[in-house]
Amino acid sequence: MDVFDIFLLEAVLNGLLLGGLLALLSLGLNLIFGVIDVVWICYAELIMCGMYAVYYLHVQYHWPLYAAMPAAILIVAALGVILHQLVIKPVLAAEPINQLLVTGGVLFFLQAAATLVFGIDFKNLGVSLPAVRFGEMSFSAARLIAFGAAAAGVIGLFIFLNKTYLGTAIRAISQDRAIMPLMGVSPARVYTLTSALGGALAGLGACLLVLQYDVHPAIGLSFGPITFLICVLGGLGSMAGGLVAAFVFAQFISVGGFFFAIEWGYVIAFAFFIAMMFIRPQGLFRR
Amino acid sequence: MLSLESVSAAYGGFQALFGVSLEVRAGESVAVIGPNGAGKTTLLRLISKLIDPTQGSITFENKSLVAVPPHDVVARGIAHVPENRRLFPRLTVEENLRMGAFTSRKTFDEKRELVFELFPRLKERRGQPAGTLSGGEQQMCAIGRALMSGPKLLLLDEPSAGLAPVVVQSIFELVRKICREGYTVLIVEQNIRQVLKVVERAYLLEAGKIKLQGPSKELLQSEEIRKAYLGL
Amino acid sequence: MIGNYPLHLMILVLLWGYIYTSWSVMGRLGMVSFGHGAFMGIGAYTVVMLWNHYGVSPWIGAPVALALAAVVAIVIAYPCFRFKIVGHYFALVTLALSEVTRLIFVALREQTGGSLGATPNRALAEGADVAIGAMQFSSKWVWLGVVFAFWLLGLWIWRLVDRGMGRLALQAISEDEEAAASIGIHVTRAKLQVTLVSALMTCTGGILYAQYQLYVNPDTVSGIAISLQMVFGVIAGGMFVMLGPTVGAAFTLLLAEGLRLAFGNKYPALDTTIYGVMLVLFIIFMPKGILGALLDLIRRPRRT
Repeated sequence: MDVFDIFLLEAVLNGLLLGGLLALLSLGLNLIFGVIDVVWICYAELIMCGMYAVYYLHVQYHWPLYAAMPAAILIVAALGVILHQLVIKPVLAAEPINQLLVTGGVLFFLQAAATLVFGIDFKNLGVSLPAVRFGEMSFSAARLIAFGAAAAGVIGLFIFLNKTYLGTAIRAISQDRAIMPLMGVSPARVYTLTSALGGALAGLGACLLVLQYDVHPAIGLSFGPITFLICVLGGLGSMAGGLVAAFVFAQFISVGGFFFAIEWGYVIAFAFFIAMMFIRPQGLFRR
Repeated sequence: MLSLESVSAAYGGFQALFGVSLEVRAGESVAVIGPNGAGKTTLLRLISKLIDPTQGSITFENKSLVAVPPHDVVARGIAHVPENRRLFPRLTVEENLRMGAFTSRKTFDEKRELVFELFPRLKERRGQPAGTLSGGEQQMCAIGRALMSGPKLLLLDEPSAGLAPVVVQSIFELVRKICREGYTVLIVEQNIRQVLKVVERAYLLEAGKIKLQGPSKELLQSEEIRKAYLGL
Repeated sequence: MIGNYPLHLMILVLLWGYIYTSWSVMGRLGMVSFGHGAFMGIGAYTVVMLWNHYGVSPWIGAPVALALAAVVAIVIAYPCFRFKIVGHYFALVTLALSEVTRLIFVALREQTGGSLGATPNRALAEGADVAIGAMQFSSKWVWLGVVFAFWLLGLWIWRLVDRGMGRLALQAISEDEEAAASIGIHVTRAKLQVTLVSALMTCTGGILYAQYQLYVNPDTVSGIAISLQMVFGVIAGGMFVMLGPTVGAAFTLLLAEGLRLAFGNKYPALDTTIYGVMLVLFIIFMPKGILGALLDLIRRPRRT
């Protein structure tokens, strides 16, 4: 066997593509935590809602994808705001663990409501994209698109946070919330905006995921835990950390899955996480 | 321009101000002096609506501030430089200035040049995170940030606190410069001798009440102040 | 006479009451774990796998499971407490743990049957009531007795931890570690002990569950879903009161039953939907849970 195994390379590259997507997912969580100091345990369920939105708009109501997807992003952004106003705001002053638990309650609710309303069957978007070949390697076009869109999302967020007034305000509020009014900024409004942004990022993730996976009520359990771990690994609240951790994690999953069965890839990745928690418990980067 | 009438304020059960009245006229520079815990910072927080008075009224340009939410105060023309600078440590100097200009973005470029002229050291350090600046530079940045909104009234909370004596000098120089530029300034200070040299009028606040008031020259001569605060 | 189905419900209430109580031993002291599904799963799968593949009686499999749970608990908990991984981080690390165990059960599909689950080999001869060696009893009354005994045991251990450890000491730890450490309480050791107790209790609950239901599945005995269910059962009932977790178990089971009676199977997951809403409402308005809030009401002194 050659030292250079083309299929190993394919696994590594697929890992890269997966990493991009996971990075996007972790971005929303990190943004919310970094600014509002709350972990949305139900984040994956928000993504699930976005996936259902794309599905129904496209398959049921025959909206073209280029309309259904932005609509879904807006819907999830709105869900983020509703989540913040109805559920998080009342417990912002309570103990942090209550904040964690209350979003857990929403997780239950969303999963169950989805089962009630949509049923347990797997729904497929019905969009089949070709595989793209590079020599002997083949990559799903859906994955390539997802990577591109995720990269665009990351860059877009970066530009927003660094080059706009609102973005700078979002970065500022986590550094000193009390004096924000002295700048003419209402903290409540920044939180609302951040919630919308977090929701929108989840919505974007949903659009990319629904291209590759069927949606069903429990799908949040497939990538939710991974997303949390990536955030914690990179340092909760650090967007840069989340990016790095996402790619590392994805490599473990992809290459581990290449050598063993796919589940072992996940097991190795999770075990890596647990190990890292002991080497560097605060994560790779600071907030 | 600014008028407080019989204002009282409390912090969770603890009364900080008792029926305080003062006023600041356009173009004036006024100081509120007094010892630690007199309620000076509370006074400024009342004006910028970070807290609400339990009694009394606060009027700015003949309009009451009672219903104004804290984040609208800047738009009204009052800029507050808080105690301990309170810069955003991980934002750069320039980004801190940008935050100051949040409500007046159109004039950002022009105001920034103004601030850089006033504080050339800030221009040098514009790309540095504000947390890495020295105490004096941070104070300059904080004042500069407040100036970015083009305020009609500038509130300064103990600008010399925690700074080395040499730096304190230069800060008061700056304050004098700002007053000369025509800004209306209300400055709260513990450093009585220095501040009275810079402002036109002052109020002495002790234990939440105004004990004395008058032109700075008079206060500098007053027995009470000389004995209690200037160690003479 | 009481029919089999009500008996079944009672058994489940007591069993889950026991399991939730096991969780709350740790939870009420500020160590909120989202990973107890791992311990339950270890208990359930170890005994079933040893029985099915090696014919090892669950009576022997149980100590093996407990040992395994103990090792896992210490391996995870020790570094967490030593490095002060608390709050959000601790919850998420334990979440990882429960997911790892679930994934391992799925990955070992040759042995465990993967997502389809596994059934312990039937040892009950025709018409027999009891297969002691296999820890299988067909009579619900026996199970009721067994589960009731463990439930009492759970409450007793809860009380022991509450007192023996010095309730004030542990409360101090949960609220301010540094203050506690400064008065000489060996914080890490105390926390480890409590964690170990909680893990072993939960593991036992898993063993009982597997032997009673005679079916294990990675999603029902391990993973984040079951872990969260434990947390919420306790929250609903009342985390700081001894009988709170049991009330929570009763509440959730009865809610599910009530809805099933009212709507049949027309609206699947309606109970969980309502449950989710109630949880959110509980945490916002009644963070002490049903029992906790009730007790507060009763204890509140009357003003003259």
